[in-house]
Amino acid sequence: MTAIDPSELSQAEAKEARRTKLFTRINKADAWFQVLGLSWMTPVLKAVAGDNPQAQFKEIWRLLGVPLLAIAGFLFVWSALAPTVQTSLGAIPGPTQVWEQVGNLHADHLRERDKEAAFYVRQDERNAKLVAAGKADKVKERTYTGKPTYYDQIWTSIQTVFFGFLIGSAIAIPLGIAGGLSPTANAAMNPLIQIFKPVSPLAWLPIVTMVVSAVYVTNDGMFTKSFLNSAITVTLCSLWPTLINTSLGVASIDKDLVNVSKVLKMNTYTKITKLVLPSALPLIFTGLRLSLGVGWMVLIAAEMLAQNPGLGKFVWDEFQNGSSQSLAKIMVAVFTIGIIGFLLDRVMFALQSLLTFSENR
Amino acid sequence: MKKFAIFALTATTALTQPALAELLDVEKDELKFGFIKLTDMAPLAVAYENGYFEDEGLFVTLEAQANWKVLLDGVIDGQLDGAHMLAGQPLAATIGFGTEAHIITPFSMDLNGNGITVSNEIWEQMKPHVPLMDDGKPQHPISAASLKPVVEAYADQGKPFNMGMVFPVSTHNYELRYWLAAGGLEPGYYSQENISGQIGADVLLSVTPPPQMPATMEAGTIYGYCVGEPWNQQAVFKGIGVPVITDYELWKNNPEKVFGLSAEFQEANPNTTIAITKALIRAAMWLDENDNANRPEAVEILSRSEYVGADYEVIANSMTGTFEYEKGDKREVPDFNVFFRYNATYPYYSDAVWYLTQMRRWGQIADAKPDSWYDEVATSVYKPAIYLEAAKSLIDDGLATEDMFDFASDGYKAPTPAEDVIDGIGYDGKAPNAYLDSLPIGLKGDQTVVGNEVKG
Repeated sequence: MTAIDPSELSQAEAKEARRTKLFTRINKADAWFQVLGLSWMTPVLKAVAGDNPQAQFKEIWRLLGVPLLAIAGFLFVWSALAPTVQTSLGAIPGPTQVWEQVGNLHADHLRERDKEAAFYVRQDERNAKLVAAGKADKVKERTYTGKPTYYDQIWTSIQTVFFGFLIGSAIAIPLGIAGGLSPTANAAMNPLIQIFKPVSPLAWLPIVTMVVSAVYVTNDGMFTKSFLNSAITVTLCSLWPTLINTSLGVASIDKDLVNVSKVLKMNTYTKITKLVLPSALPLIFTGLRLSLGVGWMVLIAAEMLAQNPGLGKFVWDEFQNGSSQSLAKIMVAVFTIGIIGFLLDRVMFALQSLLTFSENR
Repeated sequence: MKKFAIFALTATTALTQPALAELLDVEKDELKFGFIKLTDMAPLAVAYENGYFEDEGLFVTLEAQANWKVLLDGVIDGQLDGAHMLAGQPLAATIGFGTEAHIITPFSMDLNGNGITVSNEIWEQMKPHVPLMDDGKPQHPISAASLKPVVEAYADQGKPFNMGMVFPVSTHNYELRYWLAAGGLEPGYYSQENISGQIGADVLLSVTPPPQMPATMEAGTIYGYCVGEPWNQQAVFKGIGVPVITDYELWKNNPEKVFGLSAEFQEANPNTTIAITKALIRAAMWLDENDNANRPEAVEILSRSEYVGADYEVIANSMTGTFEYEKGDKREVPDFNVFFRYNATYPYYSDAVWYLTQMRRWGQIADAKPDSWYDEVATSVYKPAIYLEAAKSLIDDGLATEDMFDFASDGYKAPTPAEDVIDGIGYDGKAPNAYLDSLPIGLKGDQTVVGNEVKG
């Protein structure tokens, strides 16, 4: 050991400090990667940053390699088995045919947008001519009346599910709080919840349809009837998980906290906002997440039956078309429904992580 | 090419009609029309895609409907401004069989276009009873007489013989009944208490929406069906059934779908109704122009998923002048789908009366009605006056010529000669009761259905 250059030492120290800082950051980011479903990013970043590569490689393999391999295996089995099943619409489409339809649906969308643009050009020309002829009072601005494209259908479905889900939550959370705070209210609600919870959307839909057409009589209101039909069906089915979880969350608040509120002589409103909601939030969110999942599942069935624009109607229309591309298009819809369902769940999970304090954060 | 044709047309009429007419002052310009996925909705798709609606200042949304009942309810409660309808629907709604509402029609959408298909299994059993031509192929038209032994065999085994049609007042119900009755099979009666239409039936008929016909037959729920295109050709393509007869062979150039709208809508929007009719007439003209020259283009439009959505080849099979019976047995039927020729778009009273006679024949109209009643109903539902006004307006616009329309008619078509119908019974719309008496199976005179039998 000879003399050590002090500047070198401080350099090494600084490097070590930077490294530690980097890892702290990576670990912090890990929480977000988990929320977004990208947990494999952490070991990748760590390996890049120079952590023991072997240990990180093992992690990467478990978090990224295995799932990718499973997907590849699934695609392989699918493409091997699909052509062996002959239906009256031809063989079951494999991954390539389904991917082709993704392209077709996109091309369809672009074609429809072109037509829309052409429509507005024609309208502008017509109006310009009318103005030139001194008939400005006859100028009309009308919206394009083409068919909804696949993207439009997805958007309608998402709107419908959120509309139904928000109504459902607006009903379920207050009722759940009431049920959790007062055993009497709970006793009153419990039998109804137990009876209505297992009812399928298919049973609600005819009733909802009749009620909506009886109550909502205007034809030029904000919402179309078919939209309301499926949104309300979603509400009726997605109410229950939130309701049950909220009342459970509220009922299981720490007794000490309740006693504190008594000591402080809190009124009911402060008690709910300062005490009940914060401590019940994790369970409320669990309920909301379940509700949104149920709502999305129910929506597709409701749209199919109510002939409400959206992914469910898309599937039904394609089934009715019975063309050689129909099955592949339906499979595109199946994957879309799955992916969107997954994303919705992630969004709720992210919201939950943002708004609640749990052990892991 | 199309532009040139219109230009040529304008040139020929330019001498008499100098100025291009002004747009009609439409009362309602944003409209929503319903349709069922069948090739005979073509005039609506073509009027939209070729911009004929827009030319009339109309902004139309076309929406496929789940079934005929949903479609009719949509027109009645105002969700739809108009729709592609079964000819029987406006009539039945107006006389109150089913939901009661006054529906009118200013435009007939087409002639012919339907077929009767049986499953492969039934066809194998029928085939020994079908007379063959010299080349060994079955001789058409095939009579239901060759189905009779099959039905009897099922009856001996105690199995019901089920067939599908699309709606109780559909052309298909009446055509299937006509075919069965012409072959000596009882298709069953309706009564006021029992609207299943299966009283005293040899063959039990039930309702299935058109696009689901092939799937329902494949599932074995029904052994055959009568439906519009492309669902007969679909059965051939899928290899699950064989079309045995087209309605062209049943009754040459029989009237089919109509464009229906509520009387209330027409009263509130008279100019809009004329503008719609004009656009539809132009679409029908385009579809039949130059010996069906535009049909391939029309088939491409129809094969899009927002319209009929079946494969191009399946739709083309019947739309371009041919019809495939057994797989590989493709025959020329140039008039299988007629949209404009033979005054196909004119809403004749006699067409309405024929549907009414069939409703009476099978008991949907429970009691005997005088000839004058048939005329009254027909004139309250079918509106040739609106049609002719639209035609005149098109002539003024230089888009059509006078000889294309039947201006001379009193609203009744000339009687159908006996040789144009499969059982050789002619039809005169002016004498409905005499026509009913001439049909061997079915209610006639004062007969009514009481309980399970025909009285009187």
